[in-house]
Amino acid sequence: MSINMNPAMNRRSLIAGVTGLGAAGILAGCSDGGAAAEGSASAAAGGFKIGSIGPKTGATASYGISVTNGVELGCKDFSVDGLSFECKSEDSTGNAETAVNAYNTLVDWGMQALVGPTLTGPSVSVADQCNTDRTFMITPSASSEDVTAGKDCVFQICFTDPNQGRNAALFLAEKYADEKIAVIYNSGDAYSSGIYTAFTEQAKASKLQVVSEESFKDDSASSFNNQLTKAQAAGATLIFAPIYYTPASVLLTNAHDMGYDVTVMGCDGMDGILGVEGFDTSYAEGLLLMTPFSADDPASADFVKAYQDAYGETPDQFAADAYDGVHAVAEAIKKAGVTPDTAPEDSCEKLAAAMLEITVEGLTGTLSWNDKGQVEKDPTAFVIKDGKYVQA
Amino acid sequence: MTVFLQYLANGLAMGSVYAIIALGYTMVYGIAKMLNFAHGDVIMVGAYVSFCATSYLGLPAWLAVVLSIAACTVLGVLIEGLAYKPLRQAGPLAVLITAIGVSYLLQNAAQLIWGATPKNFTAIVSFPVPEPLASLNVSAVSITTIAVCLVIMAALMWFTGRTKMGKAMRAVSEDKDAARLMGINVNRTISMTFAIGSALAALAGVLMCSYAPVLQPTTGAMPGIKAFTAAVFGGIGSIPGAFIGGILLGIIEAMAQAYISTSLANSIVFAVLIVVLLVKPAGLLGRYVPEKV
Repeated sequence: MSINMNPAMNRRSLIAGVTGLGAAGILAGCSDGGAAAEGSASAAAGGFKIGSIGPKTGATASYGISVTNGVELGCKDFSVDGLSFECKSEDSTGNAETAVNAYNTLVDWGMQALVGPTLTGPSVSVADQCNTDRTFMITPSASSEDVTAGKDCVFQICFTDPNQGRNAALFLAEKYADEKIAVIYNSGDAYSSGIYTAFTEQAKASKLQVVSEESFKDDSASSFNNQLTKAQAAGATLIFAPIYYTPASVLLTNAHDMGYDVTVMGCDGMDGILGVEGFDTSYAEGLLLMTPFSADDPASADFVKAYQDAYGETPDQFAADAYDGVHAVAEAIKKAGVTPDTAPEDSCEKLAAAMLEITVEGLTGTLSWNDKGQVEKDPTAFVIKDGKYVQA
Repeated sequence: MTVFLQYLANGLAMGSVYAIIALGYTMVYGIAKMLNFAHGDVIMVGAYVSFCATSYLGLPAWLAVVLSIAACTVLGVLIEGLAYKPLRQAGPLAVLITAIGVSYLLQNAAQLIWGATPKNFTAIVSFPVPEPLASLNVSAVSITTIAVCLVIMAALMWFTGRTKMGKAMRAVSEDKDAARLMGINVNRTISMTFAIGSALAALAGVLMCSYAPVLQPTTGAMPGIKAFTAAVFGGIGSIPGAFIGGILLGIIEAMAQAYISTSLANSIVFAVLIVVLLVKPAGLLGRYVPEKV
């Protein structure tokens, strides 16, 4: 989700960053001295400290809660003999400035790697800080290219937005070339508009028939009647909606109430739609989505069960991405030979170098990373049939 | 033409939701002379209560609505008694800030109780819509909302105009101290206003979520602000003004989305509001009362 950054905020982030640097310096001083209480306390605990940031309150709280739960579960599961993890999460409220404060709190705690933040806007700000402070960061779910661009210690678990948009257009060109397509996207959201831009480019190249392009914003995401009326009037038979599952559940309900029989396709943000409480999942029959994770996949069964036992909910892709984030850190630690006692700056360089070499068999596919910090994995298209994901 | 009528119907449906919320705003503002920014969040609580009653307890829809009205009435009176009453002698800014605080309190309490994950609200009414309307995609919910809105408006006008309590309310609105001298219990009158306003909020919550089915702790925030805009548009304090303001806001929004741009719709709505306020500073039906010094 995008957060507009005005110059004033940039300045304030900068000040927060300087303060953060100062704090890190003091902390490093403590460890050098060896006798300081704070330094020895963290060494005695002996775990590698993973921090996580996400909105745990506010409108986007469900994503942040999934991410921080996924990290917590990952820290438990990937703790083995010789390498244990400690984790701590902070609330960003979905706001870039609060996320930088949360990051500074975690640095004070002694964080050695950050699995977060959750949303794109906060991630861009925090990634800048990480790059300056030399803190290793891997975001589970922030999918804009801006997050990793030009920062060698920042990585992504999820696909980049343009990547998803292109893949979606290629998929439609291959299997649904005859449909008339309407696009409905969230123009106020970096994720949705990022996919939209890449999709339209590829759609033109692949000669898809796009008959209508409509947008909405978060504050008008409670009803799609006007957008649907427009799409219907334009004769669309397929709606490409790169939006999150909450507005998508409204879109499907509205389309059903209008009696508009149309195929809807979404990207990974659509995952979770079957878990929306009170939503009549029969409206989601035939829904297409491209997502790297499915809770119905037998390969994810252990994770899904452990997650349900711990948090009472079925994990969505945010939780799976976060879990894979901890997995990637664990693999990178093994590869790089980093220990919990390695100084954060050293471990950052080593982990970042190791990331380019490792391959992780994760919940969201087989993951490897290019030197831009972007993940390379195969997208899978699913269609919902009888309330289950079936490969399309 | 059909498509135009469809947009008009969509606008009317959304507008009548704004209108019901705006009636609550205008009622409290007109009498207690305070902006109850927590109104939108009381709407959210009303919707949650009704959701729980139907989904978890399996109660019939009408009982769920009654329950949610009862819960919101109690909540409204409690909020007024605990948060606003102690500030009766304080300046309007203190009360305004308190209202914003109450709004956040309700949102976060709702997240603690019901969680942050959005729920999909099942429409509370459904009946077959007669033909000319059905082909325009007019839903049972829209018809009900418009009807309820008209009934509420008529009832409120009768209540404030004809009953003893209503007269007391108007007296308090005009001059609290003079009303007290005339033997009117000001505190009880204001509590009563909040009770009515919050009962309306419960109805608004149920109808709004039937129309726009996402229910989460922040559900009431944006419609609350838009309905407040509608109330100002129509002339805050005026009951028919709130109704007309709400309906117009919904229609302008729908037409802007349909014929200009879906992304610019909100900007257009607020631009229209600014123009109206420049021409008629007290809103469409508001009376301009010069401040006597």
